[in-house]
Amino acid sequence: MQATSPDPTDSETALEPTSTLSEQASKELLAPFGVPFLPERDVTDADAAVSAGDEMGYPVVAKLNGDAIAHKTERGLVKLNITDSESLRAAATELLAAATPDDGDVSVLIAPMVKSNREFICGMSTDPQFGPTILVGIGGILAEAIADVSIRLAPLSSSDAHEMLGELQMSDLLNEFRGEPAVDRDAMASLLVALSAAADANGEIRSIDLNPVLIVDGKPVSVDALVEVADSTDGGAA
Amino acid sequence: MPTSPADHPELFDALFNPRGIVVAGASTHPGKFGFVSLHNVLASGYQGKVFATNRDGAEVLGIQSVASIDELPEGEIDLVFVCTPAAANIELLKACGRKGIKAAFLTSAGYGEAGEEGIRAQEELIAVADELGILLAGPNGQGVVSTPANLCAQIVAPFPPKGKIGVASQSGNFVSSFLNWSRQTGVGISRAVSAGNAAAVTVPDYLEYYAGDENTAVGLAYVEGIQDGRNFYDRMREITPRKPMVVVKGGATAGGARAAASHTGSLASDDRVFDGAMRQAGVVRADTVESAFEIAASFATQPLPTGNKVIVMTTAGGWGVVTADAITSSELELMSLPPDLEAAVNEKLPPRWSRNNPVDLAGGETRDTIPEVLEMIASHEEVDAVVYLGLGIQSNQARMMREGSFYPDHGLERIVAYHERQDERFAQAAAEISAATGKPIMTATELATADPDNAGPAAVRASGRLCYGSSNRAVTALEAMWRYRRFLERQS
Repeated sequence: MQATSPDPTDSETALEPTSTLSEQASKELLAPFGVPFLPERDVTDADAAVSAGDEMGYPVVAKLNGDAIAHKTERGLVKLNITDSESLRAAATELLAAATPDDGDVSVLIAPMVKSNREFICGMSTDPQFGPTILVGIGGILAEAIADVSIRLAPLSSSDAHEMLGELQMSDLLNEFRGEPAVDRDAMASLLVALSAAADANGEIRSIDLNPVLIVDGKPVSVDALVEVADSTDGGAA
Repeated sequence: MPTSPADHPELFDALFNPRGIVVAGASTHPGKFGFVSLHNVLASGYQGKVFATNRDGAEVLGIQSVASIDELPEGEIDLVFVCTPAAANIELLKACGRKGIKAAFLTSAGYGEAGEEGIRAQEELIAVADELGILLAGPNGQGVVSTPANLCAQIVAPFPPKGKIGVASQSGNFVSSFLNWSRQTGVGISRAVSAGNAAAVTVPDYLEYYAGDENTAVGLAYVEGIQDGRNFYDRMREITPRKPMVVVKGGATAGGARAAASHTGSLASDDRVFDGAMRQAGVVRADTVESAFEIAASFATQPLPTGNKVIVMTTAGGWGVVTADAITSSELELMSLPPDLEAAVNEKLPPRWSRNNPVDLAGGETRDTIPEVLEMIASHEEVDAVVYLGLGIQSNQARMMREGSFYPDHGLERIVAYHERQDERFAQAAAEISAATGKPIMTATELATADPDNAGPAAVRASGRLCYGSSNRAVTALEAMWRYRRFLERQS
């Protein structure tokens, strides 16, 4: 008997202990489902960072990577638009020095610097009442303040995903914008369906943040990823 | 668990179409629920047999009550309406079981809402009803209304006019609100039930019954504090392809305070998740209780639009401008006037009309212009829906003339009658052309509430349709219907 009552209590999921995966581990987990990421290199010292940057070509981005590092931008652990070897060496050295003992094992991710005028947030989270949900919204550092988002429950159909895109208040951002081509809506919808598939396949996932998802030549590409999983110590029932 | 209408349709029929009713705990005191509910059953014209129990076997409202269910005939009663205290109800249900009673509506309090002892009592109640195969509605509910059966088994008023809206509410107050609006607007109700504590039968169960009920065209529900959201979603998703469901939710602004490791988690507030889940399930979620009723009334009385292209027809400028704004900021389209339609309308009007959408007649109409132009617009193949503004202006002047000191002389009697006849014609034309073309024609005027006796809105009510209190409200309802239409298209 499922009774309904006017005073819902917090369900178990809200109190369940969770932990976050590093950016790199998050990307490795999501990429097989079809979430588009940039090619990047994971290095542990400044020399390796420089050779990665030289190979990749400048400008690049350097980010500190580690399991316990959830919100890099807030901590200043993202160095953008690095234009040469010398600057990259300085940036990598600075990032490694900024790690605290709480951060555990860390490394530096080197990725090509891509430019985009449009930033979206795509993600998944677990609602105590409705279970896994998929979200798309206007992204970037102002994502939470703007709060222009659309949500559906997983599993998500492609038609659901297209509806979500049409529902954004700023859905005009999906059209041609400041000389950039219109966003490939099918590719954006596929990205959302990929998040749903990942959550469906892996019952340990509690939330996923892709923020920002940039639009490069009309295609979405995620330049960050944060996956939160249930702590496996207590079995992590889905 | 006899709670699903799919598994036990006969139990829901016993609740909504009972052959006979017994009011358990009938009272001789006109202020008590046990009196009021018997009164309401008898006063609403229910045609089945009515029985009553009363501790002293007293006569109540001409019904000779009995002291116990055991004294009643077997096989003649389908529904027991329970006004007795919680402590008496287990024995009562068992006695009902022996008489072949299939459904029980419990108004009694002292159950799930009343602490741990109440929760235990409710569990026992569920178990006993389950064992007896009796449908358990409530407890702590306000009652059940079923207009096809002329049934008003409620501890409160009113009894609404007959119609096609099926109401299910987690709050009895809002059943009353919906029924009051039904009475005010004339858009009727098929069934209405207050789920009370929803111990066994929940709001989705009632909605599922309505989806299969030939007397109901649309479900209208008030919900709050949904405990198993995923189950609610799954149930609604099953129901909405069959009939439109309009839901308004209380407690919508809670949440957002959840501690979240992710930005996604903190953006996914309770309300946004509920909103997304309802859209995904094809449920029309209304912002307010009033809007919920108006949207349901639209589904019940207007054809479903097949597209989103709207034309506004108005007798004066400002109304049309505001309506155009409302359409533009919705998912509807303020279509441009097709050239052939413009040419046809132009034949009927002096040159000063707008020649655009909104079609502003600019006071250029003569006796038959409004029905004729309305028909031209609605019949045009590119037009999907019409919003008609300006009904009742003539009758408004008629009222002033009738109430003034010159009436009925100076030709006033004749012109007053003419004005009122014209508004009646216009309202009838809107309903008839809508039915003939299969397209929604929404008539909106503040006179619907400002002066409901005005011949215009009165004639809209007589046509069975809703006269919208403003064009914004008509647009909100039309947009909701269009969204539902798109949902149905996505299903196929």
